[in-house]
Amino acid sequence: MRETIGFILVAIGLLLNVLGCIGIVRLPDVYLRLMAGTKCVTLGTCSILFGTFLIMGFTMGGVKCLLCLVFIVLTDAVSAHVITRSAHRAGIKFYEGTIKDEYSEDHPKKKDVNS
Amino acid sequence: MKLLQWFLSAVLLISIAALIIFRPLPILFYPKLPHIPFVGRAIYILVLSCLLCLYRVVRGPTSADRIMAIDIMGIMIIGMCAVLTIATGRGWYMDVGIAWALQSFITVLALSKHLEGRNLDA
Repeated sequence: MRETIGFILVAIGLLLNVLGCIGIVRLPDVYLRLMAGTKCVTLGTCSILFGTFLIMGFTMGGVKCLLCLVFIVLTDAVSAHVITRSAHRAGIKFYEGTIKDEYSEDHPKKKDVNS
Repeated sequence: MKLLQWFLSAVLLISIAALIIFRPLPILFYPKLPHIPFVGRAIYILVLSCLLCLYRVVRGPTSADRIMAIDIMGIMIIGMCAVLTIATGRGWYMDVGIAWALQSFITVLALSKHLEGRNLDA
């Protein structure tokens, strides 16, 4: 029973990873790509790690999986936020259909560069 | 021309699905352990996702795209280490995963500081 729940969690994680990578390839902008990639891939990898913990039990590999899960949850949101902030400050353009940009009212952008 | 593109991509997708369903990846040094068919298919799916990320690395228009794609590919490789832990039962694959997570986080911080234009100290 425990192993069955673990394998179902691993399969859900694989599905979320594939959907996140399709989002990385298909979406038109850096910020939208970061949205798709970071949310989907973080949740998918955490699901894979928790499923591995359920399959392995309290052995060496399972406890390391829990440790890695906590570390990924703590750091991945931070790294996505840092990439978005530095891209905005470096002046990377938005997608044409963007409606509102509230961050540039407080922090005005430099001139637009495209590389 | 558009019809040809649709046809070729449909053939590619169907052949990838057939590869995943009918020929799971053999794991060479541990052929007798349980859970091998599931793990072979899971490793196929993760490797294809990493190839999609590498497409974004090669053809990203800006440098923030490249940093983002490298970060996400690192997280997916941690998932691959976990799947190999299921296959073999050895614990040291997750050591590789933890080290990769630390290294990827510090690399992303340093590269985005460099992209922002400040020095690396402050």
